[in-house]
Formats: sequence, structure tokens, C-alpha cells
Amino acid sequence: MPAPTPASATEPTPDQARALARTPRQCVRHGFLQALPFILVLLPFGLLFGVVASDAGLDLAKTMGFTVLVLAGASQFTAVQLMTDQAPALVVIVSAVAVNLRMAMYSAALVPWLGAARPRDRAWVSYVLIDQTYALSVQHYERNPRLSMPQRLGYFLGAALATCVPWFVAAALGAIMGQAIPESWALDFAVPITFIALIAPALRSLPHLVAALVAVTAALVFAFLPSGMGLFVAAPLAMASGALTELALERRRARIGASLP
Amino acid sequence: MTYSDPTIWGIIIAIGLGTYGLRWSFLGALGNRPLPVWAQRLLRYTAVGVLPAIVAPLVAWPAATQGQPDPARLFAAAVAIVAGVATRNALAAILSGMTALYLSLYLIG
Repeated sequence: MPAPTPASATEPTPDQARALARTPRQCVRHGFLQALPFILVLLPFGLLFGVVASDAGLDLAKTMGFTVLVLAGASQFTAVQLMTDQAPALVVIVSAVAVNLRMAMYSAALVPWLGAARPRDRAWVSYVLIDQTYALSVQHYERNPRLSMPQRLGYFLGAALATCVPWFVAAALGAIMGQAIPESWALDFAVPITFIALIAPALRSLPHLVAALVAVTAALVFAFLPSGMGLFVAAPLAMASGALTELALERRRARIGASLP
Repeated sequence: MTYSDPTIWGIIIAIGLGTYGLRWSFLGALGNRPLPVWAQRLLRYTAVGVLPAIVAPLVAWPAATQGQPDPARLFAAAVAIVAGVATRNALAAILSGMTALYLSLYLIG
């Protein structure tokens, strides 16, 4: 499948020419170096997950089971928090998977670039498809539309090595350190703070703000329901409110646009 | 938590398979089929629908204070929200929130 090539890309820029000249091995190195700054975020998050999981009663094997098999921070925190609340297993599973629904969008966004790769290459790419590798690779592919498939895969592999390996190491360290952290550190509140931190940057958009407010209100109103079930009412309500607000904004913009001379 | 070991491993494996299925969906099986617009619209709001709904009761009725609303934790949550909106940086929001929590726990006692 040919990658989408903008008409202006006939003459490669110096940057593009340099990218095209890299061997696949050099592409791995390039992706690795470009992804390294993310360690600053991933290390503390991974450490925190290890600490919180061991605090919740998970041993090292289970903490690493989560980290290696799920490989998605917000989802791992969601599962551990709901398990601490003794939610039914099905509620834990559905909620933790729901947090990852955005991954399906990432998967769709990579099809034009990696859809023609061998099935086994698409299989490992899917495993390490996280926020950071997605964002970096799509940017890189769009900037250099004429890369060969081995060059694209090499870059993705490099970015994945620089992000996923530190995530594993940090979670393991956190799980080992976790037992030594005293209760006075109030780490019970690290999970709520982490979730707030993941969401707050998106609140500048009105539909996201509406969705978050509906989620908070509904979660408090339906808190009397058995543990975890309030979430099943609040989250769909919030998602629908966000989507409807977005639709209303789009319609209003279209109306204003149409009324202009 | 009081789940049995097999239940915990079952939960871990089920979430792992579900998440891998989402990542593999289009790249591995669905290919270039476009996602319907209404689905894309809803998917954009999954994280912002789920995470605040989990957080709200934890902030309002923290387990550490036996479910009693706690000024220190309410203040810390507010600081984290403001820092996150202002800086758009998740790590800055975490550090500000935890600093606010320690500071107010120390001052209020």
C-alpha cells in the first residue's frame, strides 16, 4: 500500500534526505534518541504504579504481570484502584479496558503507514503501541512520507525500546521500594492526583470540560450504588455529554460560517 | 483486597488481552475501514469520562480519613487541577498536588 505522499514532497528537504539515507539500524537509534526525553515522565509514573500496586497488596509478580501484559499506565492505575475498592472482577476489567479505547484510534491512524508490514511486525507494533510511540512515529512518518517499511519499523522499535523498557524497570523498582514507604507519605492520594494530572491538561476544551463535570457530578450522585457500579452510569453519561457538546459546537460554527457574507 | 490469586491473574490477563485487541484492531485486522464519525466522537471522551468518575468519590470521601471529607485532600486536588490546566504538563500537576497535600497536612496537622 503506497503511503500518502503530499504533492510538494517531490524534492526532499535536507532533513528528509538525511532520514531517507538512514539504514534500518540507524533508524532504531534515531527513534530511541527521540523518545528518550519521555523517560522523565515515564520513570516517576512507573515508580508510582509499583508503589501503589504493592501498597494495594499485589506482589512483585502480579505488579509486573500488569505492567508487562497491559502496558498502559492509566488503565493499570484504574484496575488497582477498583480492586482496592473491592469492585466485582467484571467491573475492574471493563473499566480498565475502556480507559484504553483510544488505542483503537491509534491503531487506525497507523494503518496508512504500517498496514503493509508483515503480520508479525504488525503484531509487535500493536504490543508497544502506547501514547508516546504513537505520537512520535506518526509525526515522523508524516514529515518523511517516503521512508521504506524497514526504516519506519526501525524508528518505531527504537521509540518503543526507549519508553517501554524504562516503564518496566520503574514499576519493578517501585514494587520493591513500596513496602518500605511509611503511611505518613499519604500515598493513598497519589492515584487521585495522578488521574487529575492526566485529565487536567485536556480541560481547556469545552467538550472535555463538560464531560469531566458530568463525570464528577454523576459519580458523586450515584456513589450509593455497589462499588464500581456508579462508574458504569457516570462514564457513559460523561462520554455522551462530551460528544454532544462537540456536535453542538460544530453545528454553531457551521451556522456562523454560513451566515457570513 | 480479598480476591483469590487466580481471580487476580484472570483480571490481569483479561485486561491485557482486551487492550492488545484494541491496539491490534485496525493495524492487524480491520485495515483501512474508517471508524464511524459518531464512534470517533465518543472515543475521544472515554478517558475524560472514566478517570474523573473514579477520582470524584476518592477526593470527596478519602479512605485514609474513614470517608470523612478532608480539607487537605480537597485543597491538593484543586491545586493539581489548576496546575494541570495552567501548565498542560501532567508531571507538574502531580508534583504541585502532592506538595500541596504535604504542606496542608503539615500545617493543618
